Amino acid sequence: MTAVAQQTTPAGEVPANLRRSSISARRRVTDQVVKVAIWLSVVLAVVPLALVMYYVIAKGAKMISWEFLTADIPRQLARPTGGIGPAVVGTLIMTGLASLLAIPVGVLGAIYLNEYGKQNALARTIRLMADVMTGVPSVVMGLFIYTAVVLSTEQSGLAGALALACLMLPVVIRSSEEMLRLVPDELRQASLALGARKWRTILTVVLPAAISGIASGSLLAIARAAGETAPIVLVVGLTQRTNWSLSGSNTALPVQIYRNATEPFAAATDRAWGAALTLVVIVLLTTLIGRLIANRFAIKER
Amino acid sequence: MTQTTERRVPRLNARGHGAASDRAFNGLSLGAGLLVLAILALILITTTREAWPAINYAGLDFITRKDWIPLEVAGAGPVYGALSFVYGTAVVSFLALIFAVPVSIGIALFLTELAPRRLRSTVTTIIDLLASIPSVVFGLWGIIVVGPALVNVYDAIHGALGGIPVIGRLFGEPVSTGRGFMTAGIIVAIMIIPIITSITREVFATVPEADKHAALALGATRWEMIKGAVFPHSFGGVVGAIMLGLGRAMGETIAVALVIGAATQVTPNLFASGNALASVIALNFGDPGVPPGRSALIALGVLLFAITIIVNYGARLVVRRAEIRMKGAAA
Repeated sequence: MTAVAQQTTPAGEVPANLRRSSISARRRVTDQVVKVAIWLSVVLAVVPLALVMYYVIAKGAKMISWEFLTADIPRQLARPTGGIGPAVVGTLIMTGLASLLAIPVGVLGAIYLNEYGKQNALARTIRLMADVMTGVPSVVMGLFIYTAVVLSTEQSGLAGALALACLMLPVVIRSSEEMLRLVPDELRQASLALGARKWRTILTVVLPAAISGIASGSLLAIARAAGETAPIVLVVGLTQRTNWSLSGSNTALPVQIYRNATEPFAAATDRAWGAALTLVVIVLLTTLIGRLIANRFAIKER
Repeated sequence: MTQTTERRVPRLNARGHGAASDRAFNGLSLGAGLLVLAILALILITTTREAWPAINYAGLDFITRKDWIPLEVAGAGPVYGALSFVYGTAVVSFLALIFAVPVSIGIALFLTELAPRRLRSTVTTIIDLLASIPSVVFGLWGIIVVGPALVNVYDAIHGALGGIPVIGRLFGEPVSTGRGFMTAGIIVAIMIIPIITSITREVFATVPEADKHAALALGATRWEMIKGAVFPHSFGGVVGAIMLGLGRAMGETIAVALVIGAATQVTPNLFASGNALASVIALNFGDPGVPPGRSALIALGVLLFAITIIVNYGARLVVRRAEIRMKGAAA
């Protein structure tokens, strides 16, 4: 006690042995070096993003026109005519159908995990396997649909949509489950106490409470799926003309970027940048809407 | 009379009216959950079945030889040796981790320990943006901008370090297009930074404030606090995050296909062209050579599937174990 009292200094003044200058130079320099390194790492992540965005906008913007977005793809990619219309249509059809397949099933799966299975062995296994499935490379998912669907039918938009749906499913399940978990148990208990069946409680009370979070998670999954290239290359085939049907060869924006990027002609490179800008705009708009929904209608965490 | 009163009393037992719909909904949601297990099993079954002819044909050559000749040359049948692709996948993933891990840990530390509140959400948005850019766009940027731009840098490094024995062999003559292991590693690194960062950040955020305050109160500088309180506490979680990044890096297909240069070779030269398991499937699937060429490409997919499943499964176990431990510490 007395020792402490003796060391007391006038108010507002730091004792000499606790001032920053009393830290040895080596320790102070190390601290500063680390601080600079941490700032530098942030810069190292920002620079590539800025560069990619710059090139996509600078090189892609001059390509964008109604003609470019709707016209057929030229048979010879070296020609500066035509556009990427079939790819825009293909991306919308395949991503749309994949969403229609994966989101309802994924939400149902999340309902099983959070409302029925909870912590039992099967639910824990499904949860772990959904995480593992998230890590399955998209090219392997493409090979799966190729061997399971295309070999017995044909390369088609339907096969592409199935591949994208398989990639979306685990993402939708896990993000929806997180959102269902945020719904307060009092809501469930109140509904059950009023005599509602469990399925009615889930459909009319739990789901509406979590719907904004589920929607935003699903939109992020859609954005990811729209940019997938490898599975589409394997299972969808290729076409130069717009194909609104689910059967027969189709194409998509990522595939056109990939194909045109490998051609040595300036016209092809330009087309690739134009398609890249179109794709990035679609993906970022979807992501942005997802974030807006998440921020605007978030469940109030208690 | 008694009958009417009986009717008015609501049935409160679970077996009454509507129990069937309850069971049906339970079954439906269970089915959706089981679909995950079914798809994973089907992936394994259908791909292995289609890969079998090639695996049967190539035998042990598949993992021990480094030549991939999907044509009949001078009467000799095709050769399927995946070793050079396994090597390419390993080199590209390793380079990507070397670049991405320090940057990701740095950003995670920035977000949890260093950033002013305003900057925190900005940097988070930037990382989210980085994650949402499709990989093919990074590939396009890599093949047209990054590759050609880096050739001069590679040349300079080759000139400076190429003469040193042993280490110099890593920095050999670069390819004129810049397409090779190093460029692929850099592009993949950019793509896995978001996933490693987001998990590492979550792990760092679980370090108890009391531990950090205790370190600072003992006179530690901020770095000493990070080294002494943050790192030991989050080691397991960070390892898991790195493994998840590794899984993503190994499965990355299109961006790698565009920038790796498509050469079948095993070379220590990091500036040389090569190929990886995932990229060779995408590059050659349209033109797989004589039968069983396509089957052989599917066999590469099975190999890739097996490797990524093991890495991801391990990563999830590590992350989960770390989570349980950290929750225990926080309580």
